[in-house]
Amino acid sequence: MKTVIIQYNAGNIQSVTYALERLGVSALLTDDEAEIRSADRVIFPGVGEASTAMRYLRERGLHRILPTLTQPVLGVCLGLQLMCTHSEENETDCLNIFDIRVKKFVADPVHKVPHMGWNGLVHLRGALTNGLAEGAFVYFVHSYYAELSPYTAAQTDYVHPFSAVLQKGNFYATQFHPEKSGQAGARILQNFLEISPNAAQKVLIKPDLWEVNS
Amino acid sequence: MLTKRIIPCLDIKDGTTVKGVNFLNLREAGDPVELARFYAEQGADELVFLDITATVEGRKTLVELVRRVAYAINIPFTVGGGIGSIADVSALLRAGADKVSINSAAVRNPDLVNQLAREFGSQCVVVAIDTRFISGEHRVHTHGGRQPTELRTVAWAKEVEARGAGEILLTSMDTDGTKNGFALELTARISADVSIPIVASGGAGTMRHFEEVFTTGRADAALAASIFHFKEIALPELKAFLKEKHIAVRMD
Repeated sequence: MKTVIIQYNAGNIQSVTYALERLGVSALLTDDEAEIRSADRVIFPGVGEASTAMRYLRERGLHRILPTLTQPVLGVCLGLQLMCTHSEENETDCLNIFDIRVKKFVADPVHKVPHMGWNGLVHLRGALTNGLAEGAFVYFVHSYYAELSPYTAAQTDYVHPFSAVLQKGNFYATQFHPEKSGQAGARILQNFLEISPNAAQKVLIKPDLWEVNS
Repeated sequence: MLTKRIIPCLDIKDGTTVKGVNFLNLREAGDPVELARFYAEQGADELVFLDITATVEGRKTLVELVRRVAYAINIPFTVGGGIGSIADVSALLRAGADKVSINSAAVRNPDLVNQLAREFGSQCVVVAIDTRFISGEHRVHTHGGRQPTELRTVAWAKEVEARGAGEILLTSMDTDGTKNGFALELTARISADVSIPIVASGGAGTMRHFEEVFTTGRADAALAASIFHFKEIALPELKAFLKEKHIAVRMD
């Protein structure tokens, strides 16, 4: 089984690599199209700034490859945001895999920005959070968030509820860092590794579980 | 709900843990990796490694240590102590550190905070502020808290936030080592004045002190060293105590 980590200027590549090694998986770090397309599953990490990351992806043609992948793909943190349509971070057009806008948290007296630390996942559904209890804690560090949407497969409340996990077909993404989220995070990565590359994943839509933020 | 973080701090010299540690079930008590793994299993929310190595040769061992820690544990960790350049930070982040903390270097060259935030993102830039109350005001100190500067602590905290710091590690030299509790008033003041998270440090002696720093002190996280190392307070016990006091903490 071949697992590929997309190589670009993401800051958490080392941590993701180590987290996979702890699960017994040796991943290939690459930005080569043939290597990526031939992988059984693809991890798209991300720590950094949206416009710089998108520029880097465009320069290597990765912006065209990523949305057309058919095997299971997991975006992490900035990876999730880049998989959306647009980010308020330097008004950046992104990959448009998830038709969602990414917005900045507005700090208030009880909510600091960035949202940094361990917070709970609720309204869990889909393969990625199999075996996790409602309220399971995972580690977040981010100032921008994806709105709730039909693709939201878990949500977290900070200032207001936002998308902590997204899923659409073969595309999965987490706003938090599974590679830094203790046992819960390891379980999520394990779940991703166990998703069959060939299984046609149903698009998850449960309108009763989400609401649009105004 | 975002939980309050409990952060054990490990002092490192030449790649080993400095403070006397008396743990059962640890093969090598001085091995920071073993200790880190132990704390992670006990429910630590993050770890801080503070390198107090003086020599250049010794500092090279730090990057190797960071790599081993990153491989061994699955919670975030910050590395600090003597970090002065973009190259230092780059090496530590590439080795797997999640955040780096800068202290004296930020005082010497405040632009370094801006540069690091631009280069690596604010999320990994922690500014450590050592503060002491002298001549009627809170002033920033450097060199392990021994050397006073002209900087006023609250103003400096606001400045590093404006320059792009993602978090402030506030250590009160007035309370550090006393075990009489954190500097609540100053911590609360800074926490109210900036919108980035504040890690309070210095003075933890009892579980009650943690409760106070999260309520009265308005801290987002609390850091301590010796009380954890000497097993005066165990992490699971501390978290259970805080939960009972209706403070949001991460429990498995």
